[in-house]
Amino acid sequence: MTLNGWAQIALFCGLVLLLTRPLGGYLDNVMAGRRTLLSPVLRPVERGFYRLAGIDPSEEQSWWVYARAMVVFHIVGFAFLYFLLRLQDLLPLNPQGMSAVAPDLAGNTAVSFLTNTNWQSYGGETTMSYLSQMAGLSVQNFLSAATGIALAVALVRGFARAESKGIGNFWADMVRVTLYVLLPFCLLLTVFYVWQGVPQNLSSYVEATTVEGAKQTIAQGPVASQLAIKMLGTNGGGFFNANSAHPYENPTALSNLVQMLSIFAIGAALTNLFGRAVGDERQGWAILAAMSVLFLAGVVVCYWAEAGGNPLIGALGVDNAAGNMEGKEVRFGAPLSALFAVITTAASCGAVNAMLDSFMPLGGMVPLINMLLGEIIIGGVGAGLYGMLLFAVLAIFLAGLMVGRTPEYVGKKIEAREVKFTMLAILCVPLAVLGFTALASVVPAGLAGPANAGPHGFSEILYAYTSAAANNGSAFGGLTANTVFYNGTLAVAMMVGRFAIIIPMLAVAGALAAKRKAAASAGTFPTHGPLFVGLLVGAVLIVGGLTFLPALALGPIVEHFALLAGTLF
Amino acid sequence: MLRHFRASVVMLLLMTVLLGIAYPLAMVGVAGAAFPGQAGGSLVEKDGKVVGSTLIGQSFTGEGYFHGRPSATTDTDPADSAKTVAAPYNAANSAGSNLGPTSKALIDRVKEDADRLGKGVPVDLVTTSGSGLDPHVSPAAAAWQIARVARARGLREIEVQALVNQYTEGRMYGLLGEPRINVLQLNLALDGLAKR
Repeated sequence: MTLNGWAQIALFCGLVLLLTRPLGGYLDNVMAGRRTLLSPVLRPVERGFYRLAGIDPSEEQSWWVYARAMVVFHIVGFAFLYFLLRLQDLLPLNPQGMSAVAPDLAGNTAVSFLTNTNWQSYGGETTMSYLSQMAGLSVQNFLSAATGIALAVALVRGFARAESKGIGNFWADMVRVTLYVLLPFCLLLTVFYVWQGVPQNLSSYVEATTVEGAKQTIAQGPVASQLAIKMLGTNGGGFFNANSAHPYENPTALSNLVQMLSIFAIGAALTNLFGRAVGDERQGWAILAAMSVLFLAGVVVCYWAEAGGNPLIGALGVDNAAGNMEGKEVRFGAPLSALFAVITTAASCGAVNAMLDSFMPLGGMVPLINMLLGEIIIGGVGAGLYGMLLFAVLAIFLAGLMVGRTPEYVGKKIEAREVKFTMLAILCVPLAVLGFTALASVVPAGLAGPANAGPHGFSEILYAYTSAAANNGSAFGGLTANTVFYNGTLAVAMMVGRFAIIIPMLAVAGALAAKRKAAASAGTFPTHGPLFVGLLVGAVLIVGGLTFLPALALGPIVEHFALLAGTLF
Repeated sequence: MLRHFRASVVMLLLMTVLLGIAYPLAMVGVAGAAFPGQAGGSLVEKDGKVVGSTLIGQSFTGEGYFHGRPSATTDTDPADSAKTVAAPYNAANSAGSNLGPTSKALIDRVKEDADRLGKGVPVDLVTTSGSGLDPHVSPAAAAWQIARVARARGLREIEVQALVNQYTEGRMYGLLGEPRINVLQLNLALDGLAKR
């Protein structure tokens, strides 16, 4: 570990904190439908969209109507994307003549991009036409991110409103985020990425004759425009197979920094939006503080593990000073690879700038734990905030049990209905992760997947289902996942991870919105101080630890001890 | 329900036209006008022919060239399309090795390279990159090869050393990333040196 490495980590954290408040204020204005800088240009577009779609943006929807609109939008989106992929060989913008995507892969990919997971059982440059990347995958990158933010804002309204039937309008929320937040930032980011060296063209792949006279085919495409939303929307699905490790998809340390900031910016800002909505910004900072504690712990462990290098390689007489470089790029080195890995899994992004499968056992365990904890450390755009708020409900309920009084959070009494739905949301992900991992670890179709033998092979399976159920999308990439078994089971895990959280979460939002605001009294437990932050971190760690420690012991932990003993598999 | 269905279909179509067609195509236009080199893939031409891209590593095996890192990329087996064969620096199929830290295949591969390259070889010269297309090596990895390159080209080590120094890029703004050397650019400069 170097001073320079720590300085880069500190710079990143400082920049995120600087962005949180201004961006939170902007998001708050947009979601409330207030006038912003971009309104003169975008308001007519927004109105046009509503008129053509037959929507009244001022109509307040109950949680159930909101959920139905969201689900129907997903079903239509799935059908469109599925058929686009199936028919890509007949459609334009396919200079490499990619064939139609197979049914199981198209289904898996459509679910993956709709649920903001971006798990990829395929390599982009060997599978997808430019039209599929642009009009299919990129569009869902925008819409799944917008949906996530809309849902988080709906839950925030549940806390903020009193005796209200409605939690907002799904269509208005989704359109506003897309037009006023995601698209304008992506325009700027695309130009920035191209400046740094990311291609943006529709040419066929370049045939080069190398200096030594060999043929090299170099993949091209409209990379920058897709990269911009892939990071900002915490989608993570790479244009290329190697994702942001590919020099075209992440050419410099500066593009790397901006990509990392893009992942966290909106998620962090939403904590501020929450604070503003409940009338006390300290409530938002408390949530962000709890996230930061967990984040920094992950960074320290992962950076330490990767910077130390692989002792088995050191024993061969190799100079290990640069750390564990298998699967890493020279321009990023161990510090930026470790930092990126922690960020991408703390948020539900899943883009990678190094191959996580080749991380040290404990280094690779950090991304795994980040996802298993429910991706509430900043989290996916929207998903992180509503995930963490559900944990806040649970933490405050546990605190209430300890002192024997009805718990309250930001003025709302937390009662049986909310806690039941919260537990439902929190328990569905472990069920999908552990259930499918157990299944894949015994059936032949599952055991055919891992590339590595021994405990690392088990880690590959565990990582896949964790990534799918947590809607992350990163992978221990050695797993051969493009099979009917994995495409099918992973798609189910992705749907459980999205809808089995969203729908109970919206029910909580509806129940909270209908409640009266309780006035704060001397007996109210303050939820903006270190005691609450500690309680929240504790609740996250206890629930995650109790659920997943046995599985981790079978994978990365036992591999770590095998490594120390010099055992190879 | 029908109301939601209509709204969904119309909204998806509008968004697809805006975000999936207009946005990327406009960006192709803007990028091509503002940064034509980068937008086109940062290609390098020599004598009118494309020899590669500054951002994409390529295979070097000759004694007189600096070598990049090992690459784990593959290609379809021409004899059997269901199988793959090793194809280092295949820029149409980026990939890492995905070998875990306790993998026997990894340690055997590294051992073979380390035995060939000698004791104390910098770790980036015996490990594959994440993309398999890493255009860079570390300054230590370049220094490791100076004697071989100088010998093969009949140059003095100090000349090659000077060229390596010239092509060493530091951290961006003195802070970001790691020091590195672009192997393709260095080798093209070497060829230029020989001609003078």
